[in-house]
Amino acid sequence: MAELCIIYDKIRFEEKELYDKAKKRGLDTRLIDAKSISIGTNNKKNEFDLGDIILQRSISHYRGLYLTACLEFLGFLAINSFKVGEICGNKLLTSIKLAKENIPTPTTHFAFSSESLSNLIRKTGFPIVVKPIVGSWGRGVFPLRDSETANMIAELREEDDNPLSRIYYIQEMIKRPPRDLRCIVVGDRVAAAVYRYSADKEWRTNVSRGGRTEEACITKELEDITLKAANAVGGGVLGVDLMEDDVRGLLVHEINSTVEFHGASKVAKTDIANTIIDYSIDAAKK
Amino acid sequence: MKKDCNDCGAEIKVPNDSMVGEIITCPDCGANFEIIEKSEQKIDVKPAESIGEDWGQ
Repeated sequence: MAELCIIYDKIRFEEKELYDKAKKRGLDTRLIDAKSISIGTNNKKNEFDLGDIILQRSISHYRGLYLTACLEFLGFLAINSFKVGEICGNKLLTSIKLAKENIPTPTTHFAFSSESLSNLIRKTGFPIVVKPIVGSWGRGVFPLRDSETANMIAELREEDDNPLSRIYYIQEMIKRPPRDLRCIVVGDRVAAAVYRYSADKEWRTNVSRGGRTEEACITKELEDITLKAANAVGGGVLGVDLMEDDVRGLLVHEINSTVEFHGASKVAKTDIANTIIDYSIDAAKK
Repeated sequence: MKKDCNDCGAEIKVPNDSMVGEIITCPDCGANFEIIEKSEQKIDVKPAESIGEDWGQ
């Protein structure tokens, strides 16, 4: 029977749920702290007791990403792969991938200095949305409705030590209901879909910002666009986020590679953790 | 199970089903600690990492 390894750097609901359910099924399962691992170019796979299949669940994007690169170097199979993590952990790369594969997505622009941002905004006008290219939970995602606010954000970003702050990701503001859709993709199926409603006095729909979830019907249209989007970034266990544009219909705006499903699991009929475990076992057999 | 806060000494109640790797928060000073060892007899913690810009999903 497959041996499962869940790599974490902070135990959240999801890691606990995956571990508990795998143990209940009698699977040889271990929880390994990413912070406790070191790997060298002279190491071999058999020097590490990490089972047959690794679920990369680090909360730190870069720690998870580069640890996955090292694990793949040793010959381990990780879910998700380095390539998928690299694309999904970066909104710019995700948007490019979605556009290239003709997945309906909000029109997004990229600028590489505050000057080019100003020039860009002269063309796009307001309102627009600015997002950091790396980051989650809606952090740093702001609606920009006038030049004053845009200049303020640009100035703050210019003073930031993080070089990624000087790369501006500007997206059209979608006319949508006060909700978005989170679809949990596991391999070639949409395991669950939920609406995420913004909390009071909050524009963002993230559950981490108090967003409320409600089960959504997985229509053929939703399933098709979600699976196409998931395949565009390489597939695996993913959280595909979509908005409902008043005119264009469903638009994919983000894909998460270390998907949190706390909110979704409260309302979804599918057992998300067990679906992920099934997928992992199958992946180990291949 | 209970643990004294390393920072302010207040008592932190640790749920029975908590696991190594989970974060516990002091109700008095708000300091976060990561559980690094847990048995029926004792619980060991260290200061938790602060939230990074790249944290999330």
